[in-house]
Amino acid sequence: MKNFDRKKLNRLLTGSVVPLMFLIISLIAIPISKFTGVYLADQIVTRLVRNSFLVLSLLLPIMAGMGINFGMTLGAMAGQIGLIFINDWGIKGAPGLILAAIVSTPIAILLGYFGGKVLNRAKGREMITSMMLGLFISGIYQFFLLYLCGSVIPFKNPGLLLSRGYGVRNALNLITAKGFDSLLLIKIGGVNIPVGTFLIIGLICLFTVWFKNTKLGHDMRAVGQDMSVSGSAGIDVEKTRIQSIIISTVLACYGQIIYLQNIGTLNTYNGADQAALFAAASLLVGGATVAKATISNAIIGTALFHLMFLVMPVAGKYITGQAMIGEYFRMFVSYGVVTLALILHSWKRQKDKEMDRRLDREISSAPK
Amino acid sequence: MSETEALLEIKNVGKEYDGNRVLKDINFTVDKGKIVGLVGENGAGKSTLMNILFGMNVIVETGGYEGEIYFDGKKVNFKDPVDALNAGIGMVHQEFSLIPGFTVAENILLNMEKTQQSVISKVLGKRLDTIDLPSIHESARSAIDKLGVQLDSQSLVSEMPVGHKQFIEIAREINREKVKLIILDEPTAVLTETEADILLKSMRRLADMGVSIIFISHRLREITEVSDKIVVLRDGQVVVETPAEGVDIGQVAKWMVGRDVDTENIKTSKVDKIENKEIIMEVKNLWVDMPGETVKDVSLKIHQGEILGIGGLAGQGKLGIPNGIMGLFPSGGEIIFEGKSLPLNNTLEAQKNGISFVSEDRRGVGLLLDESIDWNITFNAMQIQERFIKPYLGGLIKFRDDKAMKECADKYIDELEIRCINEKQLARNLSGGNQQKVCLAKAFAMNPRLLFVSEPTRGIDIGAKRLVLNALEKYNEENNTTIVIISSELEELRSISDRVAIVCEGKIFGILPPDAPVEKFGLLMSGIHTKEEGEK
Amino acid sequence: MAEVKGFVKNIGWPRIIIAIFLLSLFIVAPIFGVRVDTSIHDVIVRFGMNAIMVLSMIPMIQSGCGLNFGIPVGLVAGMLGAVISIEFNLTGLSGILVAMVIGVAFAALFGFLYGLLLNRVKGDEMIIATYVGFSFVFFMNMMWLVLPFKNPASVQGFKGEGLRVTISVEDYWFNIFNNFLKIDITKYLSIPVGMILVFAIMALFVWAFFKTKTGTAITAVGSNPDYARASGISIDKMRTISVMLSTMIAAVGMIVYEQSFGFIQMYNAPSAFAFPSVAAILLGGASVNKASITNVIIGTILFQGILTMTPSVINSAINIDVSEIIRIVVSNGMIVYALTRKGK
Repeated sequence: MKNFDRKKLNRLLTGSVVPLMFLIISLIAIPISKFTGVYLADQIVTRLVRNSFLVLSLLLPIMAGMGINFGMTLGAMAGQIGLIFINDWGIKGAPGLILAAIVSTPIAILLGYFGGKVLNRAKGREMITSMMLGLFISGIYQFFLLYLCGSVIPFKNPGLLLSRGYGVRNALNLITAKGFDSLLLIKIGGVNIPVGTFLIIGLICLFTVWFKNTKLGHDMRAVGQDMSVSGSAGIDVEKTRIQSIIISTVLACYGQIIYLQNIGTLNTYNGADQAALFAAASLLVGGATVAKATISNAIIGTALFHLMFLVMPVAGKYITGQAMIGEYFRMFVSYGVVTLALILHSWKRQKDKEMDRRLDREISSAPK
Repeated sequence: MSETEALLEIKNVGKEYDGNRVLKDINFTVDKGKIVGLVGENGAGKSTLMNILFGMNVIVETGGYEGEIYFDGKKVNFKDPVDALNAGIGMVHQEFSLIPGFTVAENILLNMEKTQQSVISKVLGKRLDTIDLPSIHESARSAIDKLGVQLDSQSLVSEMPVGHKQFIEIAREINREKVKLIILDEPTAVLTETEADILLKSMRRLADMGVSIIFISHRLREITEVSDKIVVLRDGQVVVETPAEGVDIGQVAKWMVGRDVDTENIKTSKVDKIENKEIIMEVKNLWVDMPGETVKDVSLKIHQGEILGIGGLAGQGKLGIPNGIMGLFPSGGEIIFEGKSLPLNNTLEAQKNGISFVSEDRRGVGLLLDESIDWNITFNAMQIQERFIKPYLGGLIKFRDDKAMKECADKYIDELEIRCINEKQLARNLSGGNQQKVCLAKAFAMNPRLLFVSEPTRGIDIGAKRLVLNALEKYNEENNTTIVIISSELEELRSISDRVAIVCEGKIFGILPPDAPVEKFGLLMSGIHTKEEGEK
Repeated sequence: MAEVKGFVKNIGWPRIIIAIFLLSLFIVAPIFGVRVDTSIHDVIVRFGMNAIMVLSMIPMIQSGCGLNFGIPVGLVAGMLGAVISIEFNLTGLSGILVAMVIGVAFAALFGFLYGLLLNRVKGDEMIIATYVGFSFVFFMNMMWLVLPFKNPASVQGFKGEGLRVTISVEDYWFNIFNNFLKIDITKYLSIPVGMILVFAIMALFVWAFFKTKTGTAITAVGSNPDYARASGISIDKMRTISVMLSTMIAAVGMIVYEQSFGFIQMYNAPSAFAFPSVAAILLGGASVNKASITNVIIGTILFQGILTMTPSVINSAINIDVSEIIRIVVSNGMIVYALTRKGK
């Protein structure tokens, strides 16, 4: 029994070591950065609004054993296409955003289905494949926006197009900006709290909790732990995996719409590039692993990661006198935290295998 | 009890794989609420028969089977395992198929979960029904109760001892409402004796509730203890179908292995002569952690120049012995080779000392499938003995000596009659028998003083079998190389070995001369000591 | 007919399509006023610049470590060698040779550590290599700012510290291999024999290495690790050697690239080489676990051919610059294709 408790404690500790580490780093850097508490609080709230939905979209594929869905950029691109169309049609505010979501959902489903199919052919190396898939689709996305929009696909508003008459411009001001944020916006002591967007995020959390308890969610957990056992129990493994990617892609699509309405401008051609990196890093900073992630990992991670992201460059500038050092440092940390999490996961998996074997041996050789 | 009716009736069932007959004219019945003990050596056809019964894909893919099967009064021909499940046949396989991160209850009801409809699932389909956890636990508990064991339905499978996992598997099968017949394939193999006793009691309880059971086990004591009827398979045929009452273990053992052999093939005993020779290797208290073939405590003396056979049923640990000595799986104990202590867990040292190994896993361990024959044959000699290497620039650069490699490969292709286009053909494109010959050539090329050969004839056709065995015998005679041959086929061992050791439950149970009476082998294989064993 | 099918299956559709595409670009080039000799010249020069980096994929693929998405680790070592050589103010042949020696030394060290790491994460090498490469680039970005380089040619002018984003090698060893034994064929077509020779020497080295005992063992480890283990070979050691080798070749490749390009591109630049180098060897017919020098040569020519020809020919033909998009789709698409092929 004592043993069992220690195991539990260990799990708790390893689960919170990473978040704690980031909290400490940030706490040290905050005074150096000379930011005020109110400013930081306001910024953290903003970042939570912006990013947590995107981070939440990573949960399901992790549950289904497919690791971090670096292919969530597929969904982000779908969302951007939706927003561009709505911008052209001139529908403002929250209705515009909802319409954008409706327009981009079929695209996201299609891309997610394709992604799931591809990943089923790359079992055991889903993460690298989903990442390359994201880069591949981004080529097609660029082709679509640069050459088809305004030429094959008619655009009403020439202001959105490049001066040559077709192709979407590199940066767009979204007329749907703050569409969700401005619903129920309240201000507490200088901190803006967009309750409307938080409600949407709350909704997605509820969805995730509910989904985990459905038959499909249950099957996903089973498939994630052991494909062959699930398969022999009659669960359609391939289909379940595809469905997890489709849902993730669609959620990422909505996440990107929420992200962009908060920012207000769209960086047409490389706006989605880093989405997966930052979302993955946020989730992992929150204490998730490649095999297990929860809603609280996502929310805490988003807050911590962006706190660090905010504070580090400025602190770095004050310490070294070089502005770029902090900039590079936070990119290093973003990539580094994902690298570290991947390494630890892979290492642990091999160690676990050895441990299991040793345990079995001890049991089987125990005196009868 | 004359009222009992047959639940399962197997009539004239036969099966061929690519012209290879594995089952011939099988007939027997399983009555309602009875336990049938099914025994047979490896390759006797037990698994093929169970695969047929359970509608496994391999059977359908290889052209189905002959004969008829009646289940519950109806003629059946299951196309896939789901058909069989639906009809009421449950099967518990040797390997666990459990999800480690799930609770006991979730595993018992895997993909049979009780669900509740919701508004959303009405629109979007059944898979979005919510899981009803309380009722899952309830059904799980009732299944566990039927077994009469203590299991907490809430605990995680990953945190349970191995013995309990077996019960979870069985609970899963009996939880199906319609289950009428449960097939248990070596369920006691991973259990301790007390756990095994509990399992046997559970089986009896189930049978009394009206569930029929086919019980496959190599532990003949369990078979005679719990079964109502015993069916013995040998070489794809039912040799005996008899009520269990009054049958003793020795009798069953004899049925299991005692085929009518032409005695000419059996080597005559010269054990005394062998045992006078000096000892080339002494194994003391060896344990090997090889999954599925665990060796617990093996002590063995191998004499110079002999052919020692090691036999035993699958999973008892005979394969673990050479794999452990060669350092391929974690092992412990002590090994003395040619008077010197040999370090364990060190493949390179073992090979350097002149010990070679032909692995039972030909395609997985024995061959570089995507490389040529000459690479395969000379690779070990090159890496370990620095042969087939040509130095350039005064030894600064050492290149492969392609010419010497070709010569060596050609020599063995000729000697062992390896059928191939030339020495550059990829190992992947050879037939099983010829692949095995390449493996032998690889070992011969090392000029070993002690050679372990594991399952040399597994999966190759009869003609090739004889060639492989002859090659081994010839090599032994010509070079006076000590050979240890590990095989599941007792007759093969008796035809080639000077002594035959039988392994059971990770230990050497006895060593017999090849011409010892067959039932003695059978008893040893089932883990029963005879009075007059060989050395121990 | 069956032969044709077998041939197609062997080479794979993507490669055939791209080869035909490239060939047709050359055929139609004169129609749109693009000089074929200029194009050939460009392809040859780009081949020389990139081929060694593509070559650096071979050892790791052969040992079963997969595609080296972590090539930036080696490239950074090459950059270190280059800037240190410049720091010593070494010019000409001695300058570039010193750069190579230093670069290879650093690459050996980095490669050793990188190899140890990859041994701990068997099965997940590729995704981890990608992220290790990126992380390392950003780590070195900080180092470039902090390390005490002093040569005015390489540090930022206004501050006198921290390396520039691009450092010119004009006064040091610009085109030193390109101009060695250069053959001028027409006004627009010359062959940089020296640079091709450097590639040939490196390729010969790789070829020879895989003929040695160690090279043979590495191939066996990649082909069937269980077989190698049963032959008493230390898998981890062989993998580490292969990773070191890949990293060292990549360092040389970076320096050869720089001498032809004329600049050392610092900071984020090395991450841009990872996917194209991987794509090139795949395009040449390599798979995730088998690669040869022929794959390197064919792949680099095809890939660089596409990069050279699409901007010039297609742009003059339809006035649209789709070259960037074609690059993205071809290189990333090729990698996805290879990752989803059945097999090991």
